[in-house]
Amino acid sequence: MGKTPVRQIKMPLTGNDASAFAMKQVNPDVVAAYPITPQTELMQTFAQYVADGDVDTALITVESEHSAMSACIGAAAAGARTMTATSANGFALMWEVLYIAASLRLPITMAVVNRALSGPINIHCDHSDSMGGRDAGWIQIYAENPQEAYDLWLIGIKAAENHDVLLPAMVMYDGFIISHTMEVVETLTEDVIRDYIGPYKPAYALLLDEKPFTVGPLDFHDYYFEHKRQELEGMEQAPAALAAAAAEYEKLSGRRYGPVETYRADDADVIMVALGSTAGTARYVVDVLREQGKSVGLMKLRTFRPFPHREVADALGKTKCVVVCDRVASFGAFGSPTFMEVRSALYEVPDRPLAINYIYGLGGRDTGPDLLEQAFEEGLRVAQTGKIEQHVGYLGVR
Amino acid sequence: MTTLKELSHREERFTGGHRLCAGCGAAIVARQVLLAADGPVVIGNATGCLEVATTLYPYSSWKVPWIHNAFENVAATISGVETAYRVFKQQGKLAKDFHFVAFGGDGGTYDIGLQALSGALERGHKMLYVCYDNQAYMNTGIQRSGATPKGASTTTAPHGKLIPGKIQRRKDLTAIVAAHHIPYAAQAAPHAFMDLVRKVEKALAADGPSFINVLSPCHRGWRHAPEETLEVTRIAANTCFWPLYEIVDDQWKLTYKPRKKLPVEDWLKFQGRFKHLFDDGGHPKLVAEIQADVDRDWEDLLIRCGELPPRECRDEKAKE
Repeated sequence: MGKTPVRQIKMPLTGNDASAFAMKQVNPDVVAAYPITPQTELMQTFAQYVADGDVDTALITVESEHSAMSACIGAAAAGARTMTATSANGFALMWEVLYIAASLRLPITMAVVNRALSGPINIHCDHSDSMGGRDAGWIQIYAENPQEAYDLWLIGIKAAENHDVLLPAMVMYDGFIISHTMEVVETLTEDVIRDYIGPYKPAYALLLDEKPFTVGPLDFHDYYFEHKRQELEGMEQAPAALAAAAAEYEKLSGRRYGPVETYRADDADVIMVALGSTAGTARYVVDVLREQGKSVGLMKLRTFRPFPHREVADALGKTKCVVVCDRVASFGAFGSPTFMEVRSALYEVPDRPLAINYIYGLGGRDTGPDLLEQAFEEGLRVAQTGKIEQHVGYLGVR
Repeated sequence: MTTLKELSHREERFTGGHRLCAGCGAAIVARQVLLAADGPVVIGNATGCLEVATTLYPYSSWKVPWIHNAFENVAATISGVETAYRVFKQQGKLAKDFHFVAFGGDGGTYDIGLQALSGALERGHKMLYVCYDNQAYMNTGIQRSGATPKGASTTTAPHGKLIPGKIQRRKDLTAIVAAHHIPYAAQAAPHAFMDLVRKVEKALAADGPSFINVLSPCHRGWRHAPEETLEVTRIAANTCFWPLYEIVDDQWKLTYKPRKKLPVEDWLKFQGRFKHLFDDGGHPKLVAEIQADVDRDWEDLLIRCGELPPRECRDEKAKE
């Protein structure tokens, strides 16, 4: 990376450390959280910051994740900058309240340490948790590594709090794979972050506004639809807000974060689509296969909500076969979520590519280079023959 | 202690025009509580009759900051608001002092909301939780709750040829709350409105969480005339079905002792939801059980409040 205008400090941090550190530097007014593997260390690290007086945050150690998000809503509606974190079934337990947070236009931000939803009960990584909340009205961004876990949360806060958006945002990173893996992370200094996200300017605050008002009224069929339309409009403004937040962040950090990130994809016959840490593995496999003269590339999908359909169409439109890797299954659907949305984004592209889907890594099943190579090979076969044998396959299931 | 005259001069911050039924106990309770809460207040309201009938967009009956989130989480929601308040005070961002009051029906409190309530009490937030107990999920059509008394007919535990309504005892939520060792908890009823006002004042002055369980008749579910709402709660207190008491720093104290304890039949016969206990031969055994429950609970309460020596002591004395 080239020289950057601000001083950055390199720190060895796991994904959880990096997120907790980001929270520390943001110094939110209120955090309400409940522990769950593999988010636990994030929360414990932050709790130690609180106990040591390193942050001014009031930490509410709630008695469940449903109460965590509920308390976040109360605090945010009162006018406080509010953050939290969870995984898997904790996420599922707060599912009802996620929708309410978004509908109340509260820019709460949350780290979701991706872990498989029960059942069976499993503590390892897959994307079934966050994918289950993709319609809740939250901005959803997937981090590939501890550096992104740190950077993207800061960008997420700025975009969420943008008054054209005013929607909550969640930043995902893979449970254990990233949450517990230490890498060198370049961190900004607190003064830079404080300038970047700025003081919190809530659109409304129960405790601070002069005139009293009613939050969360009963909304019948005569008004509900309009209110949801307004909420949808907020999400429509999110791409621009994210782009602006990322552009400003790039000036400070030197790191660029678009909704998608391509690698050697411009002339590739086959492009793999992946989210999270698997994109890192895929990048390595692209290099290996390119050495063998194979025409392959990668498109990492970073922002899932709002879904960057234009950027996806641009990145994938000219290839021959798209291999979409999903770390989640959508029972009864024609493929998994990323496959369905990528395919939809490509629908109107003239001479659109063929697309196949691989479900992989459920319950933390290790997905190494050989498995991704298999997927690329099938993609190359499809690109060559123009024939899809099976739209949806599985990588690494016995 | 605020007088009735002083109360009558206070601003009505819960306005008329809401859609609660004429004679609704919850409406009376909400108004009394809000009058008693002198000063700025943020209200949290669980889903239920009080919430839906007072905030039909674009109208609201609340002239105070008010938030509704979901059914089971008003205690958690107000925990968040109260925490933000403490933070803002620390930051010097807020000059005003606020009270925090959560309203929940028995549905959102005894049952689905019990976890959130328990957590909030244990964490020590300075908030008052008022349960308006109408003894069933009234807003959704009179369905049985953990607060429904034994023998009552509800739509999900109706009396029929085989089963005479709810066969289980109701929970003693006030005792459950007291077990959290919060500085103030109480049981109240709207007919004794100055008692309720006094309890609200004491609750809000407590240095920590407080709770008041208020019997709130729903004449639709209880089947009595709308103008009989306060008469019903008076009978509840005089039959000792719904005693009025408070627990201050773990010390139990009766705030009302009926001059003459009336038979529970007076309470039961007043309401149509118990009619089947008496018609066509009725269920005399069940009625006797209900009376026995009331008698034992009342005696236990008298012992706790120091009005009666413990049972063992009395038994020993009798043996002497």
